[in-house]
Amino acid sequence: MAELPVNPQQNRLQGQVGSMAFTLATSLPGIHSAAVEKGELVVRTVRDQLLPLMTLLRDDPRYRFEQLMDLCGVDFPGREERFEVVYNLLSVSHNHRIRVIVTTDETTPVPSVHHLWPCATWWERECYDLFGVLFSGQPDLRRILTDIGFEGFPLRKDFPLTGYEEVRYDVELRKVVKEPVSLTQDFRDFDFVSPWEGMLTLPGDEKAHEVRQGIKRSRG
Amino acid sequence: MTDMKQPRAVDVEETFLKNDIPESLLPEQKLQETERRTVEIDSHALNFGPQHPSAHGVLRLVLEMEGEVVARAVPHIGLLHRGTEKLIEYKTYHKALPYFDRLDYVSPMCEEQAFALATEKLLGIDIPERAKWLRVMFAEITRILNHILNITAMGLDCGAVTPALWGYEEREKLLEFYEAASGARFHANYFRPGGVARDIPAELEDRIGAWAKEFPAWIDDLEGLLTENRIWKQRTVGIGIFTTEQALAWGFSGPCLRASGVPWDLRRSQPYDNYHKVDFKVPVTRQGDCYDRYLVRMEEMRESVKIIEQCLAQIQPGDVKVQDPKFTPPRRADMKRSMEALIHHFKLFSEGYHVPPGATYTAVESPKGEFGVYLVADGSNRPYRCKIRPTGFSHLQAIDELSRRAMLADMVAVIGSLDLVFGEVDR
Repeated sequence: MAELPVNPQQNRLQGQVGSMAFTLATSLPGIHSAAVEKGELVVRTVRDQLLPLMTLLRDDPRYRFEQLMDLCGVDFPGREERFEVVYNLLSVSHNHRIRVIVTTDETTPVPSVHHLWPCATWWERECYDLFGVLFSGQPDLRRILTDIGFEGFPLRKDFPLTGYEEVRYDVELRKVVKEPVSLTQDFRDFDFVSPWEGMLTLPGDEKAHEVRQGIKRSRG
Repeated sequence: MTDMKQPRAVDVEETFLKNDIPESLLPEQKLQETERRTVEIDSHALNFGPQHPSAHGVLRLVLEMEGEVVARAVPHIGLLHRGTEKLIEYKTYHKALPYFDRLDYVSPMCEEQAFALATEKLLGIDIPERAKWLRVMFAEITRILNHILNITAMGLDCGAVTPALWGYEEREKLLEFYEAASGARFHANYFRPGGVARDIPAELEDRIGAWAKEFPAWIDDLEGLLTENRIWKQRTVGIGIFTTEQALAWGFSGPCLRASGVPWDLRRSQPYDNYHKVDFKVPVTRQGDCYDRYLVRMEEMRESVKIIEQCLAQIQPGDVKVQDPKFTPPRRADMKRSMEALIHHFKLFSEGYHVPPGATYTAVESPKGEFGVYLVADGSNRPYRCKIRPTGFSHLQAIDELSRRAMLADMVAVIGSLDLVFGEVDR
């Protein structure tokens, strides 16, 4: 039996995505990069240019991204602006997807897109709830998934997996009480970096590594 | 019960229940004549759930009522939030997979498929042909499982008890296929990155084939109970209407989007696994009400049976996993003899495999709609971030818009037609 080509529309779509990346990268201000990564169109932009870009993506007949499928945060604590806010848009009329990424930190708000897509309200609430990312212009920025009275932002990388408080029903007090988490066994977090595969510098061998890499040790 | 007090506006003397109220519960001072006033209650809030049987789980819906008309519906979610995304960040890719069964526990294998496809995309591996056919076949079995439960539960909410009784019997047959393939009736853990967990038993293809022949007759029976049923139509036609523009703006997908007139199906427009090799129709209706969402699901079940039959016709014997010991555990028999196989087995189940850095948003057409996984890998053996895009989240958010000025009794029809499962909404 003759093999059908894998996903017949694939080649045509790939070409379209490539040309869209080029158009976006050259035609709009404030776009850091627009590239095709693993076959997916990714645009990185600055916060100030987010709303014009999103309005263009939704309303321009060349793009026509009618749907905001997903909005989420990603935390990179090592970076200067630690949060990435990721928008995944879908165009059902052109069969396109695009990913728009902006960065922010704990205090700088990202402009809300709930005027463009009303479903953004809950996604933004979720992002605020789990990461503490602020959205300006969002009238309903409340917590959504976590418990009533919850403190902290659980999906940040510096938030422990076990959390800080545990909740139980106290029979004598006849109410739900919160207590600090107590574990009978420590959380077992294994280090899987194998000294034979991943590590460049073996413990106790730092000096040789620095010589090898041409790094001079600062004296004093 | 010391905190029960009579409302101040009620004159205790005139209450016919006064003799039943113990002295200790009566107001300490009798009301003065001057304080007497009539309070007209024009709106009140009604708590729908989280323990209401028609709330399909732990939905708490605060309804602001004007008489029997819903003025505003405010959903409160998060009662089933288990921190799945955080837990996945601390597990290897292999161990993260079973969490997906527990998201939408009515259609477990389709959720697994999204994660497996996302991981395979980042790893850059292609799975064997037989594994693709098995995935398509079991994804469609999952779709039928999901739609049976949704349609019959929605019927139950609207007063039709018989479909639910019949539906559970049919579901049981399908769950036996699940059990034969994966060993579990619900939390299958069957679609793995790199293929499926194991090959199906020899006689299962025949059993599924025999079932696929007789199942359309059952759909006819179900349709006989509901489709032209006068009460069913009164409860659903024209209820919860959503236009095409609204459905797009509110991020609808799946049957809810197709019921509003958008011919959009990821299996057709962005095919994955072997969906580009099967022939099926995408049912679309125009009204966008509860009845249309029901009709779309009924048609989808018929199409799913056709897809299953095509899978059975085209599936060939072969491997069901990538033949790479870095992603696939070795056979038991090999481990008894080969040191290499034993080492690979140990490394795979302790350390797992490392996924090269990158990010992908991969979505599948789950029975409820678009189920997506935004997976960020940093080169380690654990996902750096795994965002799950649940389907019901967008649908539930629109419930205020959907049920504007609806009657209280229509709320259960609207909730039922949206096909909500709180395992995935709350994650």
